[in-house]
Amino acid sequence: MNHPQPPETSNEPLAPGQRLPESQRKDFSPEAIAEIQAIMAKYPDKLAATLPALHIAQREFGFVSLAAMKAVAKAIGIPEGHVFGVATFYTMYQKAPVGKYHFSVCTNISCALRGAAQLLEKVCEKTGVKPGAGPSPDGMWSVEEVECLAGCGVAPCVQVNHDVYDELVDEQKLIEVMEACKRGEYRPWAQ
Amino acid sequence: MVAIRTKPDHHTYTFPGFGSEKFPNLLLRGAGDLNNWHRQVYEQKHEGYVAMKAALKMDPVAVTEEVKASGLRGRGGAGFPAGLKWSFMPKDTADRKFTRYLVCNADEGEPGTFKDRVILEYNPHQLIEGMIIGGWAMQCVTGYVYVRGEFLWLIEKLEAAIQQARDAGYLGKNILGTGWDYDILVHRGAGAYICGEETALLNSLEGRRGEPRVKPPFPAARGAFGQPTTINNVETLAAVPPILRMGGAQYAKIGSPKNSGTRIFGVSGHVKRPGIYELPMGTPMNFLVEELCGGSSTGKKIKAIIPGGSSCPMLDEKDFDVPMDFDNLKARGSMGGSGGLIVMDESVCIVQATLRLIRFYAHESCGQCTPCREGCNWLEMILHRIEHGQGRMEDLDLIASLTPRIGLRTLCPLGDAACGPVDSALQKFRHEFEYHITHKTCYATGPRLLSGVGAH
Repeated sequence: MNHPQPPETSNEPLAPGQRLPESQRKDFSPEAIAEIQAIMAKYPDKLAATLPALHIAQREFGFVSLAAMKAVAKAIGIPEGHVFGVATFYTMYQKAPVGKYHFSVCTNISCALRGAAQLLEKVCEKTGVKPGAGPSPDGMWSVEEVECLAGCGVAPCVQVNHDVYDELVDEQKLIEVMEACKRGEYRPWAQ
Repeated sequence: MVAIRTKPDHHTYTFPGFGSEKFPNLLLRGAGDLNNWHRQVYEQKHEGYVAMKAALKMDPVAVTEEVKASGLRGRGGAGFPAGLKWSFMPKDTADRKFTRYLVCNADEGEPGTFKDRVILEYNPHQLIEGMIIGGWAMQCVTGYVYVRGEFLWLIEKLEAAIQQARDAGYLGKNILGTGWDYDILVHRGAGAYICGEETALLNSLEGRRGEPRVKPPFPAARGAFGQPTTINNVETLAAVPPILRMGGAQYAKIGSPKNSGTRIFGVSGHVKRPGIYELPMGTPMNFLVEELCGGSSTGKKIKAIIPGGSSCPMLDEKDFDVPMDFDNLKARGSMGGSGGLIVMDESVCIVQATLRLIRFYAHESCGQCTPCREGCNWLEMILHRIEHGQGRMEDLDLIASLTPRIGLRTLCPLGDAACGPVDSALQKFRHEFEYHITHKTCYATGPRLLSGVGAH
């Protein structure tokens, strides 16, 4: 996989292994800790809670920063290096901040045959951000080019945060989706 | 309690004659009906949990025998007989030395495949029923459903459905008075195509990076958490309740010889009615594409079809009449794969399409085996060069010499999967590559398949 970006906090970039100043370090809320512990109890091995805990961390922290990875390691009681390895392997853990509404545009073959490349350009034009380049200045939008979202039949397919919009998205539909985001009708990122 | 998403989707699920004896409806019952995921609906309308109740009265070995008799082959891609796979688990089910696990592979990431999603959306109880039957046949203690992370709304739905089954006493302690304890847990992935490979999936389930393991030991000996494990695709497990309802021998009569049963085909690309079609195995491909899907949507001739998800070698015009089952597709140099047909018309530049596919494999290679990690990137770079008008004729020989050094030299089939489309494209559409090199532009004139705003 050729996509590990160095994790960074919202303010300053952090190299792997570099420690955050004590004052900036964040930790899980007690509810999240309880949730992680409930997940750990479900599996025969506590290591199995790594992926679910990272999902919770992404929800709590907004993205999987180095601090979030350390919090996960501490909550489960596993090495920080293991969590770092896992978090950087999987693409759904955002290692840098994303916008309030994160657009994942599938550009794989089935979507591409029905104009996904053009749609991605349209999304970038309308939101004013480049794919994978972090959120727009107002923190509202971010765009990512992703692989198949399993909406091939009704391609092209766009995922906004956690919900898939796979109804033959064209420019008109895209504008509708963005308007609905502005009105706050869709699930925001950190939920 | 989260709200269950009730947004209709726009796939086509049915066609005239669907549900008749010729085209039995075994897996897509109620597809398109958003209320169908409730247990009551499944039980009242679709003979739900009838097979499970019958199976729990049978001897576990007899259940496996019934699945063996049905000839059901795994629907995930490899087409391995499901009953045989089940019988690889340690035989002595009374032996408490092992903890047995059943894992359902719902990490549907193959481009062009969108069948598992339909089962999870409209028929989660059929999957749960199949998992209970499978769990009983192998005397498992837990069933894990590994769902890809993007399917968050389906995970919520599946968890609600599992809770309904628990409330009805179909899961939990002492299921229906048999003294057998079993539960199903949903595990959410995090966006890695490689986790669809069964040992990578197990690593991911255990909380590690999704890197395939060295086999042997096979999962039936040492799988999840070091214990005997069977991994089946969603569609395979969903096919188990109909098998037990109608009997294995009856099920074996559907479809073509050695490829029994029905299969869900997902059609995408340049057709008029893309969507999900459940057909008996061995249905000719041009019947599906021309008759059911209405043929080309652009009015242009169909040039190439990928018959089973992006990993399968492409087929050109002379093979469009192939009966779609594992053996016939293999005989034509392709694969049955995961049943996702990608239809491309004449306007598609094969070089661009191949580059798009290989970019996917280069991106999704886990990086464990050198031939795949480096080879896929090389293929991407060479194809990129050709596509952007800087190719040389020797590049085609370079590609041809590169693919045999990736295929079958890696721990998992991802390397082979990456070579399939490249090899077949070069073999069947070589003139397009040559045209690209000599004219420095596309042979076909359709819209671009690759965006100009930078890749990931």
